[in-house]
Amino acid sequence: MRGILANIVGHVLALFAQFITAARADWRGIEPVRHQRIYFANHTSNADMPLIWTVLPPALRRQTRPVAAADYWLKTKLRAFAGGEVFRAVLIDRRREHQTDDPVDKIVTAVNEGASLILFPEGNRNMTEDPLLPFKAGIYNIAQRCPEVDLVPTWIDNISQIMPKGEVIPVPLGCTIIFGEPIHVRTGEDKDTFLTRASDALLALRPTEDKAP
Amino acid sequence: MTQTDADLLLLFAGSCLLLVLASLVGMVLQSQLSPNTDNPTVETYLTRVRTWWVMVLLMTLALLTGRIGIVVLFLFCSFAALREFLTLTTKTKGDHMSLVAIFYVVLPAQYVMIWLGESGLFSILIPVYAFLLLPIVSVLRQPDQKFLARVSETQWALMICVYCLSHVPALLTLDIPGYQNRVVLLVAFLVLVVQLSDLMEYYVGRRFGRRSIAPRVSPKTWEGVGAGTLTAALIGFVLNWITPFAPHEAALMAIAIFLIGSGGSVVLAAIKRDLGVRDWGHLIPGQGGFVDKMDSAIFAAPVFYHLTAYFWSV
Repeated sequence: MRGILANIVGHVLALFAQFITAARADWRGIEPVRHQRIYFANHTSNADMPLIWTVLPPALRRQTRPVAAADYWLKTKLRAFAGGEVFRAVLIDRRREHQTDDPVDKIVTAVNEGASLILFPEGNRNMTEDPLLPFKAGIYNIAQRCPEVDLVPTWIDNISQIMPKGEVIPVPLGCTIIFGEPIHVRTGEDKDTFLTRASDALLALRPTEDKAP
Repeated sequence: MTQTDADLLLLFAGSCLLLVLASLVGMVLQSQLSPNTDNPTVETYLTRVRTWWVMVLLMTLALLTGRIGIVVLFLFCSFAALREFLTLTTKTKGDHMSLVAIFYVVLPAQYVMIWLGESGLFSILIPVYAFLLLPIVSVLRQPDQKFLARVSETQWALMICVYCLSHVPALLTLDIPGYQNRVVLLVAFLVLVVQLSDLMEYYVGRRFGRRSIAPRVSPKTWEGVGAGTLTAALIGFVLNWITPFAPHEAALMAIAIFLIGSGGSVVLAAIKRDLGVRDWGHLIPGQGGFVDKMDSAIFAAPVFYHLTAYFWSV
């Protein structure tokens, strides 16, 4: 019963997000096919994860689980329902003292069960003027342990105009999600080299003529 | 069933007949030129025919529902057009409040006033109140940085996507003696004239056109516009029975609609070129965005509304 409800809520949310932003997927470096992937994206707003989730074709969406913060998604019952059952998020507690098991273990388990993932390698929402924060080590550790899975850079464009930092009401402007060419960790590649390469791959997708000053 | 509904159904039947022909032509073209659905020209044509079917069905349903149906349909079109336009215009963080006001106050207010028939309000809300008040909101939040570009581009978006487009449903508020129950047919007249003469202009212009109207901006040619003008006059003449106009007046009105509409289409193409985009949006299969699809109607509607109001309404 709850499962069906979660499914319906998921469809309604996707439709609603489509209506507000007319979000569009730009499959620039990869085709939207059922292949196990880890989409890693820039993170500036709370709408980021639902937006990526809604532009995925339904068949891919069912297979894809976002990696999200337990301290946010378990705060209220409603969020727990949305995070746990609608998005089926892999919940990670960012507060070290609350971690019962290793977050990377938990994520790798989800991948081994066949899930694709949506991941924000910056770890936190980017509240600065820089386009990206330095990536955390997590994505390197995951990539090393799942070498066969495609890591797809995913740039969320224009979200800063839909809801600039500090504003509460979103405006329904268009939004594009750009999927780039997948990368993999190379044999013997160290953490910093890989993180820089991943970060550059994501930045390369940013439209050059960015209207936001 | 009223006479107006019967006339609407007759127009619907006529449109369906044209679309059946267009679909048949498409099927023949596909079997000859694109058996593996790989000829882009043929496939684009087929996508467009499918879109036309949807448009004819939606328009007919809205027209049969009457004022509320038309108002809701065009409210949605305005919303979609506005989103396309404002996604591309110059704006900063300081304009966020203005944008919120546009989407959540000005847009619904314009259509509510049309629904209520308050012509004294819907004809000045955007050119006076929004024009003066929104820049004040923006200047209080961020007075520097490209100020003129921000406020003028925002106002252009509002005028084009909301003010002009809302004059299609505004036709229903006109009070024309002896035509009170039939006013919904004016919308059908406007839409049919715009679509059919644009189509002829497109076909002749691409096929036989030599002299370009606006090189590097629009593929329109003077030959195409000539053919479109003749077609418009003919359609206006043939359709005069659904209008309050005499036959020659209907033909002149149709010519005015077509010429202003074509001008609008070129103007909006120039703006697209300026903004560096090929299409305004992606929501209408085969035709780009809502602004692409409605560019001619956007320019023609307010002029058609005013000419009709000025000469025929009480």
